[in-house]
Amino acid sequence: MKQAKRLLVTLCLAGVVLPAAAQQPIRIGDISPYSALPQGTDGWRKGWELAVEEINAAGGMLGGRKIEVLARDDAGKPDVATRMAQELVTNEKVDMLTGTIFSHIGVAIADFAGRNKIFFLASQPLTDSIIWEKGNRYTFRLRPSTYTQTIALVEEAAKLPAKRWATIAPNYEYGQSAVASFKAALRAKRPDVEFVAEQWPALGKLEAGSTVQALSAAKPDAIFNVTFGADLARLAREGNTRGLFANRLVVSLLTGEPEYLDPLKDDAPKGWIVTGYPWEQIKTPEHSKFLAAYQKKFRETPKIGSIIGYVNMQAITAIIRKAGSLDPENLIAATRGLTFDSAMGPISFRPQDHQSTMGVYIGKLDVKDGRGMMVDWKYVDGKGLQGDDAFVKSKRPAEAMK
Amino acid sequence: MDFGQIIVQSLSGLAHASTLFLVASGLSLIFGVTRIVNFAHGSFYMLGAYLAYSITTRLPATPLGFWGGILIAALLVGVLGIVMEVLILRRIYRAPELFQILATFGVILIVQNVAQAAWGTGELLSPRAPGLRGAVEIFGNLFPEYDLALILLGPFVLALLWLLLHKTRWGVLVRAATQDRDMAASLGINQGLLFTGVLFLGCFLAGFAGGIQIPKEAANLQMDLQIIVETFVIVVIGGMGSILGAFLAAVLVGQVHAFGVVAFPSLTLVLIFLVMAVVLVFRPMGLLGRREKPQRLAPEAMERPYAPAQRGILVLWSVALAVLLAVPLVGTDYVLVILTEFFVLAVFAASLHFLMAVGGMVSFGHAAYFGVGAYFAALAATKLGLPMVAAIVLAGFGAAAAGALFGWFCTRLFGVYLAMLTLAFAQILWSVSIQWVAVTGGDNGIVGIKAASWVVSRTSFYYFTLFIAAAALISLRGIIFSPYGYTLRAGRDSPLRADATGVNVRRHQWMAFVLSGAFAGLAGALIAFQRGQVFPNDLSIATTVDGLVMVLLGGIQTLTGPVAGAFSYHLAHTELVRNFENYWRLILGAAIVLLVLAFPQGIVGALQNLAGRWRTVEARG
Repeated sequence: MKQAKRLLVTLCLAGVVLPAAAQQPIRIGDISPYSALPQGTDGWRKGWELAVEEINAAGGMLGGRKIEVLARDDAGKPDVATRMAQELVTNEKVDMLTGTIFSHIGVAIADFAGRNKIFFLASQPLTDSIIWEKGNRYTFRLRPSTYTQTIALVEEAAKLPAKRWATIAPNYEYGQSAVASFKAALRAKRPDVEFVAEQWPALGKLEAGSTVQALSAAKPDAIFNVTFGADLARLAREGNTRGLFANRLVVSLLTGEPEYLDPLKDDAPKGWIVTGYPWEQIKTPEHSKFLAAYQKKFRETPKIGSIIGYVNMQAITAIIRKAGSLDPENLIAATRGLTFDSAMGPISFRPQDHQSTMGVYIGKLDVKDGRGMMVDWKYVDGKGLQGDDAFVKSKRPAEAMK
Repeated sequence: MDFGQIIVQSLSGLAHASTLFLVASGLSLIFGVTRIVNFAHGSFYMLGAYLAYSITTRLPATPLGFWGGILIAALLVGVLGIVMEVLILRRIYRAPELFQILATFGVILIVQNVAQAAWGTGELLSPRAPGLRGAVEIFGNLFPEYDLALILLGPFVLALLWLLLHKTRWGVLVRAATQDRDMAASLGINQGLLFTGVLFLGCFLAGFAGGIQIPKEAANLQMDLQIIVETFVIVVIGGMGSILGAFLAAVLVGQVHAFGVVAFPSLTLVLIFLVMAVVLVFRPMGLLGRREKPQRLAPEAMERPYAPAQRGILVLWSVALAVLLAVPLVGTDYVLVILTEFFVLAVFAASLHFLMAVGGMVSFGHAAYFGVGAYFAALAATKLGLPMVAAIVLAGFGAAAAGALFGWFCTRLFGVYLAMLTLAFAQILWSVSIQWVAVTGGDNGIVGIKAASWVVSRTSFYYFTLFIAAAALISLRGIIFSPYGYTLRAGRDSPLRADATGVNVRRHQWMAFVLSGAFAGLAGALIAFQRGQVFPNDLSIATTVDGLVMVLLGGIQTLTGPVAGAFSYHLAHTELVRNFENYWRLILGAAIVLLVLAFPQGIVGALQNLAGRWRTVEARG
C-alpha cells in the first residue's frame, strides 16, 4: 500500500514535471547590432526567424523542446554587448550565445563566453583573431573569415596580368588584416607584383573625390578594394565618373553581397571580381527550398545576412542534436568535427580552430536590368581556404585547443 | 604628382569644402545667435538627404526637377527646425548653459528611429544629377561636372548669406543678436521670432547640404553622426558664429584632406583634429572668431552656492549606502553587475561634473581620461603583470598625466573652444588606440584582464567598487569644499575679480584638469577589471556623450546630480535597450526631451526646488 502510494505520487510528479520539462524551450541568446547596423541585421533577423519557425513546426528538438531566441541589441558598443551577454546568461538563463557582426564585439563576447564557460557560436564577425590569438574553447565561428575570403580572391587576382597594385581599405582591424593577408598571399604567388599606393579612409568617412584622384595618380594596373556600405557607394560612383576603373582590374571583398550591391543599382561596377551572394542564381535544391520559403514569408529578396541567419540556426540545431544535451562541454565536443547539411551545402566545424568550412561565392559583377549581379560565379568550399594546422597551432592559445 | 594632378586634387578638395561649408554655416549661425550647441544638426543633414532622395526620385529627371526637389527637401527640413525650436528649444533658452545640448541629444535619438521607420534600413543611392552626369577633362584627368557645380555653389551660398546678413533688416538684427544678445533684446527686438528664423535658416542649410549629397553618396542611417563632429570642427576652426570663418575653415580642411590622403593616407582619421588643435593653439578664437561676451544669466541659471550637507541629506545618503550594502544578500547577479557599473559611472560623471560645474570648463573629450585609465590598467595587468591595485593606481596617475598635458593647452582657451580642443585630444587618442595595433590591440581591444583573486566573485567586486567609488566621491566633495575648491569656483564665477585678488586662475583650472582626469582614469581602470575587456569605444565620443548626459540629466548645479544622473541614465538606457531593441532610441530620446522640458535644472535640481518650496511653505505655516 505504502509503495503503491509512493508510486502514485511519483507518477503524479512525473506527470507534472516531465511534460513541463519537455515543453521548456531551448533558449538561445542572440546579440546583434540591431540599432547600429540595421542594414546588416534586418536580413539576419528574418533568416533566423524563418529557421526557428521551421524547426519548431517540425516538433523542436531533444524530445519536443522548442527553440526560443532572445534577441538583444548591442548598439554597436562592446560594453553594451558584454552587459547583454551577462543579462542573457544570468537573468534569462540562456543555453548558448550566438550572433554579433562587428568584429570587436565578436571578440568581446568570445572573451565573455570563455570566462563564463558558455557556448558561443559567433555568426558574422570576420576577424581572424576570434579563432586565432583570441580564440578559446567555448567559441566557434560560422562565417568565412577575412583571411579565407581574401585568400579566395588572391587565387583569382594571381591569374591577372596586373603587376602594379593599389589597395583601398577602411582604417580599422578588418581593413588592415584584409590588406595584410592580400599582400602576403599575392606576393607569395606572384613575386613580380608591387604595391604602388594604399588608401586608408576612416570607416564611413571616405572622401571619394580626393581619394579616387590620389589612387589614379599612382597609375596602378589593378586595385584591391575592402570598403563597403556608404563608402563603397561613394567610391563606385566617383571612380566611375573619374574613370578610375577604366582599363583597370578591381578585386573587391564583399561587394557582391546584396546589402552592398543592391543600393548601387546600375552603378554597380562592371567587371569587378568580388565575393558575394548570387542568391537568384543558386540552383541547388537545399538553397531553392530556403529561397522559396524566405520569399513566401517576407515577400522580399534575401540578403547575405538572411542566409547566414538561416544557416546559423541550422548549425545550432545540428550541434544540439548531436550533443543530445545543452551542457557546454557536450556542445563543444559535438561541434568539433561536426558536419551538417545547410542551405549552402555541407559545412563542417574544424576541430583545430573552431572555424566552419562555410565557403565563399566568387564571381564577376555585371549590370543587368538596371541592377548589379554576379556572373561567372562559383562556390569555393571553405575547406581549402584555411590556415594549415601548424600555422593555426602557432596562433591559437594552448588553452583553446584542449 | 604632376602639376595637372595637383590642380585636380585641389579642385576635389574645394568640392569637399563646399559641403562642409554648407552644413557648418548653418550650425555657426544657430550658435552665433542662440548660443545653442546644436548636436542634432547632423540629423537635419541626414533628413535633408533622405527627403531629397524621396522627392527627386518622384519628380521628372530634369535639372529643374532635381534642384527643385532638393530645395523643397531643404525647406521641409527648415520647417522641422522651426518645430524643434518652438516645441523644445524655446522653452529652455533660460535654462543653465549647456542644458540645451541634452535636448538636442534627445532629438538625435528620435530622428534616428523615425528615419529608420520611414525609409527602411537599406542605403538609398539616387540617380546622378540630371545635366551634370559626366566629367570634363582637366589636364588629362577626368573631373566630375557635378563637383564643379559644388565648387561654385559654396561661394554662391556664402555670397547670398552675406547679402542676407548685411543688406536686410533681418540680417542686421541677426548680427546684432550675435554680437550682444541681451543688448539686442533690451532694444526691443523680438527674440523669439529672430531665433525661430535663425533655426529655420540653419536647418534649411543643413538640409540643403544633405540634399546635394545624394548624387555622390547613398542616404544612410549613419550620416548624422558621421558629419556632426567634422561640422563642429569646421565651425570652431573658423570661429564660432562667423560665416566667412566657416568658409575659410572648410576650404582649409578640404585642402588639407585632399593632399593629406596623398601624403599620409593612414592619417585621415586624425588629420582634421590635428588641424584644429594647431589652429586653436595659435588662434584661440578660431580664424575669425571673436571673444564671446559673457551672457547675463537668467535667474534660473544662477548657481546656488554649494552648501555643506544638511542632516536630512546625510541621513538620506546613509540609507542609500545601507541599501546598497544589503543588495548582494537579495539581488541577482545581473543586478550586481548593473549596480557595479553604476558605481563606476558615478565616479566618471562626478569627475566630469567637477570640471564642468565646479571648474566651469566644459569637456567634450572626457572619454580621453576614462579611456587612458582603462588602457593603462589593461596594459599594466596583461603586459606588465602588475597586481590589480597597482594597475589601478598607475591608471589614475596615467590619466592625471593626460589631464595635465591636455589641460595645459585647453586652459589657454575659453568656452566652446576649450570644449572642442578637449574633443580634438580625445579623438587623437581614440585613433591612436585604433591604429597602434601592437600595443592597444587596435579595434579588437585588449581582453582577458583578470581581477585580483580576492575580488573575483561578483559580490566581492561589487563591494570593492562600492568602497572605491564612495571613497572617490567623498574625496571629490572634500576637494570642492577645500580652499582650493573655493578658489576654483571664484575663478569660474568671476575670472576678472579672482585675477585681481591675486588668484592664478589658469593654474587652478589646470589643476582641475589633472584632478578630474585622475578620477575619470580611476573609473576607467575599475571598468577594465569589471568587464575584463578594454576597447577603443572607451575613448570614443559615445563615452563622452554618455557622461555629459548623466551630468546634465542629474542636474549640473548640485553635487548629487552626477550620481543621480548616472543611476537613472544607466538604468533607463540598459533596460530600454534590453526590452525594446527596435524602439529604445525613440523612447529614450523622447524621455530625455520631456525631462529637459519638465525639469530644466535636472532631476536633483528639480527635487531641491521642490524641497525648497516645501520648506518655505512650512516656514510660513
